[in-house]
Amino acid sequence: MSEPRTSPEVCGMGHSMKRKEDPRFIRGKGNYVDDIQLPGMLHMDIVRSPFAHAKIKSIDASKALKIPGVLAVITGETLAKYNLHWMPTLMSDTQMVLPTEKVMYQAQEVAAVIATDRYVAADGVEAVEVDYEPLPVVVDPFKALAPDAPVLRTDKKDKKDNRIFHWQAGDRAATDKAFAESDVVVKQDMYIPRIHVASIETCGCVADFDRVSGKLTVYMTTQAPHAVRTVFALVAGHVGLSEEKIRIISPDIGGGFGGKVPVYPGYVIAVAASVVIGKPVKWVEDRMENLQADSFARDYHIHAELAAKKDGTMTALRIKTLADHGYADAAANPSKFPAGLFSICTGSYALKHAFAEVDGVYTNKPPGGIAYRCSFRVTEAVHCIERITDVLAQELKMDPAELRLKNFIPPEKFPWKSALGWEYDSGNYPAALHKAMEIVGYEALRKEQAEKRARGELMGICISSFTEIVGAGPSKQFDILGLKMFDSCELRIHPTGKALARFGTKSQGQGHETTYAQIIAEELGIPAAQVQVEEGDTDTAPYGLGTYASRSTPTAGAAGSLAARKVREKAKQIAAHLLECSPDDLVWEPGKFSVKGAPSRSKTIQEIALAAYTNHPQGMEAGLEAVSYYDPPNLTFPFGSYIAVVDIDRGTGQVKVRRFVAVDDCGNIINPMIVDGQIHGGLAMGLAPALLEEISYDDEGNITGGSFMDYLLPTAVETPSWETAKTVTPSPHHPFGAKGVGESATVGAPPAIANAVVDALAHLGVRHVEIPITPEKVWRLLKEKGLAE
Amino acid sequence: MSRHDIQLSVNGATHRVQVESRLLLVHLLRENLRLTGTHIGCDTTHCGACTVLLDGDPVKSCTVLAVQAEGSQITTVEGLEQDGKLHPVQEAFWENHGLQCGYCTPGMMITGCALLARDKNPSEAQIREAISGNLCRCTGYSNIVKAIQSAAEHLRQQ
Repeated sequence: MSEPRTSPEVCGMGHSMKRKEDPRFIRGKGNYVDDIQLPGMLHMDIVRSPFAHAKIKSIDASKALKIPGVLAVITGETLAKYNLHWMPTLMSDTQMVLPTEKVMYQAQEVAAVIATDRYVAADGVEAVEVDYEPLPVVVDPFKALAPDAPVLRTDKKDKKDNRIFHWQAGDRAATDKAFAESDVVVKQDMYIPRIHVASIETCGCVADFDRVSGKLTVYMTTQAPHAVRTVFALVAGHVGLSEEKIRIISPDIGGGFGGKVPVYPGYVIAVAASVVIGKPVKWVEDRMENLQADSFARDYHIHAELAAKKDGTMTALRIKTLADHGYADAAANPSKFPAGLFSICTGSYALKHAFAEVDGVYTNKPPGGIAYRCSFRVTEAVHCIERITDVLAQELKMDPAELRLKNFIPPEKFPWKSALGWEYDSGNYPAALHKAMEIVGYEALRKEQAEKRARGELMGICISSFTEIVGAGPSKQFDILGLKMFDSCELRIHPTGKALARFGTKSQGQGHETTYAQIIAEELGIPAAQVQVEEGDTDTAPYGLGTYASRSTPTAGAAGSLAARKVREKAKQIAAHLLECSPDDLVWEPGKFSVKGAPSRSKTIQEIALAAYTNHPQGMEAGLEAVSYYDPPNLTFPFGSYIAVVDIDRGTGQVKVRRFVAVDDCGNIINPMIVDGQIHGGLAMGLAPALLEEISYDDEGNITGGSFMDYLLPTAVETPSWETAKTVTPSPHHPFGAKGVGESATVGAPPAIANAVVDALAHLGVRHVEIPITPEKVWRLLKEKGLAE
Repeated sequence: MSRHDIQLSVNGATHRVQVESRLLLVHLLRENLRLTGTHIGCDTTHCGACTVLLDGDPVKSCTVLAVQAEGSQITTVEGLEQDGKLHPVQEAFWENHGLQCGYCTPGMMITGCALLARDKNPSEAQIREAISGNLCRCTGYSNIVKAIQSAAEHLRQQ
């Protein structure tokens, strides 16, 4: 984008405006769910299963109920009386709220204790006695499909196996033919491990049911308050919860990353408890509950094959994947496809043929999944294509940059129809890669690598040139329980020319209060400082589907822009009335209408706003406001090229990311400072699964990595100082040419790091290393190659 | 559960409270004294969201019993602003986009303040080491480091 069109006082698009939300956060005056304390509020704590699969023989709450301050113990039997012990998932599956017969994963909710104090509730949890009878456990998703595997979902009468779905995309026959005719085929198995978003704030709620008014207010850590309200009304309508009497308030949210999209059993139990007891009930999970029971991400076992000509021209891609969904398909997946947007796996390359298939299976693990800061399944797809591209480069002994440049979709071929059916809106992939190579000093690093290799030192440089797919989404491809994936803005201009803008999304740190105000400022010339942005309260905000999948700017941002343009249209009529001219004779510049050829005759937006309430034309309604519900015509396809430079310690196997250059293209930029912040954060959440994070299970289904002792988030020490740059290729279909940006880096970074590590070891014959690339994994590899020191 | 009368100073104000032996300092601050700027992110001393100054040293208040704070001077994020003027660390976090969701921010700023109180010219590596007990999931740390460097520069010029 060129220079900002508005002055620093107005602070429209392109200004690095300091965030409007920060004054409360830096003073400790944010208002998160656990900060809410209501009169008479009770506390809830949850009894969880120590077994991954077990029959519940009995639950004895008598000792717990004797503890002073423990008021109730809620079990599956309690909820079954109201038919609330099961709930539907967004994927047309079902999951338990509380079990009546058996538990399906370790840490599953078994009962809930309601008490006057959080410590007493915890005492109550300790005192509840549950008698279990362990059942055979299915941990390995491949074994889950074996003919003799125990069928896990015995609640489904006709279910005879553990398969959830088979999904495929592309032309299998044409792809097979292209493989048969190719010169080179490379194949690679890769596992994208189960990980957890681990936002620093865990999940929780305060459910407050007012028996007199019949109104339920739930303060809740949710990224999608409106959708939750509708889900509550649909699921609990039969017990009297009616949508107009449900208010979901999503206050300040301490990070979401997809983990706060699902409706977890804890929320539902707290609501049920408040309805039954008639008092506010607070439930806030602790970190171990958060890691062990909330929705996971990834867990994709991928087999990828790439065909090419001798000169490196890619001809076809074939992928077969097994997806471990845990005991229920509770994916927070708003697309109409069970494998989400995995079909973006053709990536940035002009592949003519592709075929991808995914089978989903049940295992004795927590249900899910969620996206972990990406559109659902995009990170898996990008890891797959970017990794197999490097495998091909290695096979052909080509430089990975050269191979990518040879196969990129040419800039002039956009919009590009991919082999798996997406229409990429815009892109200039060579520009981003060239820029990244220039910044990092690619040639010099290759020389350094050769010198170091000669000395026995291990250094790797490699690339990920990813294409993201964000902004869910067009209603032909997306819905939540039939709700189309539009988003919304309701904009009011006050008589003094200040504005209130409410949106259907919900920031969890992205800075909407600032960027949305800048969008309104850009369109109307009202200073962003004077635009009050609100979201997250279903009683006041217009209906929207929430914030995830980098959809806020592509959808609600667009709605903000269009609502402002509607306001501007009415403002034009008022200005014509005030200036006694035809609206056709008026020209707009940010902040005012003036008469063509007579610039001194003008009216500012503030003067027009006052007139809208004091001196509007006869026959026109008073006021200056507009609403927009925006159903995007297409997704947006941000992209970028990342280059990681790594050094490997031969003594410890430790991978150090020495440099990381990220060139991103998210179209036109609202606030460069915030965009950079989003990229930085995404990069750290890309480094995390590449090097550190994994939730795994032993053969009995016991979780390993279920606390911050074992599940390692990157600290400031492992994280490099990020080097970022931009190219700008506007989205042709978005009202102001923007694309989503919050997740590009999470998607693009892991393969850059993995490719760099493989590059460091390539001369030893290493072709692939599974993530997370831990020191132990690397050290064992070095030892095998006789290189460990 | 036995109860104890304790006295402590929080952000300069003296409080006398009766607490259970097991009450954590973070809960005393958040629930009894309603100073909710100090957050809880893990309860196993890993994330640092609950960091406060105890007699000038940064401690994770989820792993300190309230009774252990008897007679101490505690500073929480609410105590950083003095006479309506933000602390240079607060200003720098705002100026440098050192926060996003704001949840780790109070603990991160407190750790930053403790570092700068003993060293006004820390290197980047020293800053990263100092905040390595404070997890941030949003920012990727670069702007937090930049904010602490900027606050250090401001403090050196004072």
